[in-house]
Amino acid sequence: MDNEAVMESKHTGHTHRDDVGSKMGMWLFLFTELILFGGMFILYASYRFMYSDDFRAAAMRLDTIVGTVNTILLLTSSLTAVLSLAAIQKKQKLFSMYLLGFTIVCGGAFLINKYFEWSTKIHHGFYPQGPEMANLPDGEVVFYGLYYVMTGLHALHVIVGMVFLAVMFVFVYKEKVTFDNSQKLENAGLYWHLVDIIWIFLFPLFYLIH
Amino acid sequence: MENTHSTNYGTYILIWLGLVALTTLTVAIAGLNLASLTVVVALAIATTKSLLVANYFMHVKSDSRVFKVFIIVCITIFLTMIILTFVDLIYRGPVK
Repeated sequence: MDNEAVMESKHTGHTHRDDVGSKMGMWLFLFTELILFGGMFILYASYRFMYSDDFRAAAMRLDTIVGTVNTILLLTSSLTAVLSLAAIQKKQKLFSMYLLGFTIVCGGAFLINKYFEWSTKIHHGFYPQGPEMANLPDGEVVFYGLYYVMTGLHALHVIVGMVFLAVMFVFVYKEKVTFDNSQKLENAGLYWHLVDIIWIFLFPLFYLIH
Repeated sequence: MENTHSTNYGTYILIWLGLVALTTLTVAIAGLNLASLTVVVALAIATTKSLLVANYFMHVKSDSRVFKVFIIVCITIFLTMIILTFVDLIYRGPVK
């Protein structure tokens, strides 16, 4: 493991850096995220098994187009996130910053879509304890409960990811992240890709039941 | 182990095109009436997309093997929990 423990002596004398250890720590954290969402997916699967017809009826009211647009937005942002890492490793600092900026904008667009989607639903009375919910069968109420909790927790992760990426944007600008010191940016990317993977599963499970 | 990964923009763009194509496919298939197969097909496509993201965007493919082992252990624990939950649900009988 000797070459992995990079000795950096450019600015700060002798700073010990362990990129593989850093990445491993990030992955361990991602596993806890996976189990957090995993628990909710198990809850979803169990209720869908119990109320499959209600789930289908409730899902029909979600807007497939908004869901698809948001999927494309997150996939594209994942592409630009990984490209920004490739760019910094090619010493293209400015291009890397453009790509990071674009990634954050995509995350913002995702959240704006989500905002309008939720507002429309809430406006029509589809929210926990909302006026429409009293007329719905149990399964549909459970569906909307899971919809708000799971997409809400996911949206929270999108916000955290955007903050994480914004910090990396500043780090690239200040050259704290450089072509030979890019593990922080890679870790931010790993987090962003995980958020993308979770959406890859949320999308068909909530929007594509017909 | 070299820490830098393939920095080939083209590969990443190809993977992204594949992901967009799979998204289109899953939306198109959801419009068909496949009955109980719908969820299986949707999850198969979602799994394929996740594998592409993990292997290429998250560099699992080119990373040290220890990361693959970690991931497999984590997924196995998750699948075990799902299977045990469903074994309970299916043999428990009607809820209401």
